[in-house]
Amino acid sequence: MQLAEVVGSTAAIGYGLAAIGPGVGVGLVFAAYIQSTARQPEAARITQPFLWIGFAVVEVLALLGIVFGFVWANPLG
Amino acid sequence: MTGQTTVLAAEVPFPPSVEDFFLPSIAPWGQHSVWFTKITLLLWLSVAILIIYFLVSYRKPALVPTKKQWLAESVYGFVRNSIAVDMIGKEGVRFAPYLATLFCFIFMMNIWGIVPFAQISPNSHIAFPAVLAMISYLLFLYVGFRKHGFLGYLKVVLVPPAPWFILPILVPIEFFSNLIVRPFSLAVRLFANMFAGHMLLLVFTLGGFAMINANALLAPVSILSWVMTIALTFLDFAIIVLQAYIFTVLTASYVQGSLADGH
Repeated sequence: MQLAEVVGSTAAIGYGLAAIGPGVGVGLVFAAYIQSTARQPEAARITQPFLWIGFAVVEVLALLGIVFGFVWANPLG
Repeated sequence: MTGQTTVLAAEVPFPPSVEDFFLPSIAPWGQHSVWFTKITLLLWLSVAILIIYFLVSYRKPALVPTKKQWLAESVYGFVRNSIAVDMIGKEGVRFAPYLATLFCFIFMMNIWGIVPFAQISPNSHIAFPAVLAMISYLLFLYVGFRKHGFLGYLKVVLVPPAPWFILPILVPIEFFSNLIVRPFSLAVRLFANMFAGHMLLLVFTLGGFAMINANALLAPVSILSWVMTIALTFLDFAIIVLQAYIFTVLTASYVQGSLADGH
């Protein structure tokens, strides 16, 4: 007897796995920014560009996951 | 068929795909593989709006600015002071016009993603971010070569101050990360954000239709799905502004890296 059936692409699972790392990374970036701002509120403006740079550099890994999911959706050749 | 033509039909193609980004053309209405599409129109519109807006708001500059002039001045002032000068230093003023143009253009191109009836950003096609990233790439390479000379700049980029025996590992890594990944990630970041934003909106909008078509009992869920679409539109707006800012800040930071005196 068949109780349940799941239909779809395993790419979704793959992307879920790929998003773990950037998720943790983005969390760390913002955690560090909040901590540094709490310790030294007047440094908030100075560190803000580095916050966004760090965020962007980490976030791109998750976005590569999205893009490559579509790029390799049709097997090569 | 694509989403543009079938969104109101009874049978909604549910899982949206990459096909939904290739809209049929406008001028001979509804044909594929003709170049004049909504994307082209939105590109021309964003260029036209930016040129006309800045020309009009600066035509009669006054000491006490009007609302239009104030907005134009504060956008330029923001990019000049908190991106160009803060990131690059005093020399950054030279690059403020380019950075301000970049910021305004990317913002304008992205905002089409949430403007009603436009609802797709030209930047969700890789070609536009790729060209922008290529311009920024050439700019910071050129600035570096001007400042340090050809070999000097290659030394700044490729050879970090490290003991000689570790260099065989470090030089390829630096080459890969500074000269290959930088332009690539600039382009892909902007593209993928716009792509994913449009995809999310499509999933929730079409998902609502798909559920209400499948079973009338699912109507509350599809209403929830459309409410989510509205919430995601606000999230998309935040991402749009952030991506325009990040692209500009990263360009400024790469230019700063080219201008810096060695490591």
